Amino acid sequence: MADIQNLEKTASQIRRDIVRMVHAQNSGHPGGSLGCTDFITALYFEILNHDSKNFDMNGKNQDLFFLSNGHLSALWYSALARSGYFDVKELSTFRTLNSRLQGHPTTKEGLPGIRVASGSLGQGLSVACGAALSKKLNKEDNLVFTLHGDGELQEGQIWEAALFATQHKIDNLIATVDCNGQQIDGPVDKVMTLGNLRAKWESFGWIVLEMNGNDMADVVRGINEAKSLTGKGKPIAILMKTEMGMGVDFMMGSHKWHGVAPNDEQLQTALNQLEETLGDY
Amino acid sequence: MKKFDYSEKKDTRSGFGAGLYELGKTNENVVALCADLIGSLKMNDFVKDFPERFYQSGIAEANMIGTAAGLTIGGKIPFAGTFANFATGRVYDQIRQSVAYSGKNVKICASHAGLTLGEDGATHQILEDIGLMKMLPGMVVINPCDYNQTKAATLAIAEYEGPVYLRFGRPSVPNFTPVDQKFEIGKALLLDEGTDVSIFATGHLVWKAIEAAQALEEKGISCEIINIHTIKPLDEEAVLKSVSKTKAVVTAEEHMMNGGLGDSIAQLLSRKLPTPIEMVAVNDTFGESGKPAELLTKYGIDTKDIISSVETVLKRK
Repeated sequence: MADIQNLEKTASQIRRDIVRMVHAQNSGHPGGSLGCTDFITALYFEILNHDSKNFDMNGKNQDLFFLSNGHLSALWYSALARSGYFDVKELSTFRTLNSRLQGHPTTKEGLPGIRVASGSLGQGLSVACGAALSKKLNKEDNLVFTLHGDGELQEGQIWEAALFATQHKIDNLIATVDCNGQQIDGPVDKVMTLGNLRAKWESFGWIVLEMNGNDMADVVRGINEAKSLTGKGKPIAILMKTEMGMGVDFMMGSHKWHGVAPNDEQLQTALNQLEETLGDY
Repeated sequence: MKKFDYSEKKDTRSGFGAGLYELGKTNENVVALCADLIGSLKMNDFVKDFPERFYQSGIAEANMIGTAAGLTIGGKIPFAGTFANFATGRVYDQIRQSVAYSGKNVKICASHAGLTLGEDGATHQILEDIGLMKMLPGMVVINPCDYNQTKAATLAIAEYEGPVYLRFGRPSVPNFTPVDQKFEIGKALLLDEGTDVSIFATGHLVWKAIEAAQALEEKGISCEIINIHTIKPLDEEAVLKSVSKTKAVVTAEEHMMNGGLGDSIAQLLSRKLPTPIEMVAVNDTFGESGKPAELLTKYGIDTKDIISSVETVLKRK
């Protein structure tokens, strides 16, 4: 059984890392990162079958994760460091010159845990499809996970990949959509509505599940349910309801903190709301 | 000059198809993808005999490129095939981020490049693909000249670790290079030695360069002919060696002047060995429908254009 309390403690530390990293360079994307922290924490500290100490690009006999909405880099870097891919001290180099922690994730600087660059949206699902097919050819029974923003689904390539995954029966793939309802220019429904997402994915041939992305117990339950449905000939999508900025009251309920860093005073307010559980980097 | 001969004309895309089929038999890590153009890319044999390693991608090239990038994770060597226009311009950002920047071992296999696609017209006749691909850091750009060389190049790029753009075409052209030649990526091929001018040609224009050199020989002009099958990395040593001897240059390609082979050679020479140069290439225009031969003539990239460019550059020596 998952230790939900422990996962929540880890999530609190990761949220602290995120706001500190973004504050330090006055640059980055805290809103979506805070919203998806519970999901990424559950994935890296409970779900994934992975070897953080011996990162290998091919990831044979391991589960793989692709962050398609690469602007959640602060969140991903924190989770990678906290789960042992690299020293947490390196988080202080986020977005600085000569850092492996680029503004958006890349393989070029050799940061362990990253298998493809992301940032330009809509590409991660295609890459995950390829990696999942590679696992099938290699007769591995591991799974491939992805995370996407809901705004990201406006990219046509996502739906090309959705067709492809069904056509080729990629049933070792679990794609999670962060449904926070926000994007840079405002609410998703006002910018470019996605309509009925469940119906869309289902009509593309996917199994669709839902979970509350800010309830750790429900996240663990949701992903485990998805895992139980793999291997049945269909790809799986999880529509994950989240609140942008979750954990920091003044960042919640708006798209305004998508790509804005807190100032000194706001940082203190944020940190006062987030328990330091594993020691700051 | 040396005598060049060929027994038959063949399309370079069939050389790709033959190479891919051989790889299917010899390298179990080779997988293939195609965006609804199996017949045009001559991938039928691979699809038939290795269906478990072939992924029909439909008319969805962006996803095909991303899927190819993903297949490398786990050790596969994906060959993704479609028309050159859809393999480059349509999916530039997918190649840039998921393949080139990510350093993935993807082979982008592009057929029907250039004007010689013919009747389908300018929508399909990409003349910018070499430029687009050579600008990407780490991307190898290969444009072989005939069937045998395209087959050899297809085999060679499977052995090379890293992203490659392999460009070939639709029309049947003289198949004059050796069967079962060894293809060395980045190694220019000196086809014939000469003293008055160096002609650097790539792809379908290599044979045209040979024809031009034959005509020029009758006028007493000695041409050195060099086949630049790999545009990036450019064999700088071979270029400089030839040019330091001939002191005059003509480049020939079925591509836009901006961003093409001539542009790469001019860039090298202007830095290291300034030399008069003329470029046989398409000059800032789109193509149109027509027969391949008619198009080469109309757009100024035929044998006679190489001849006149040589005569022009010799006056500038």
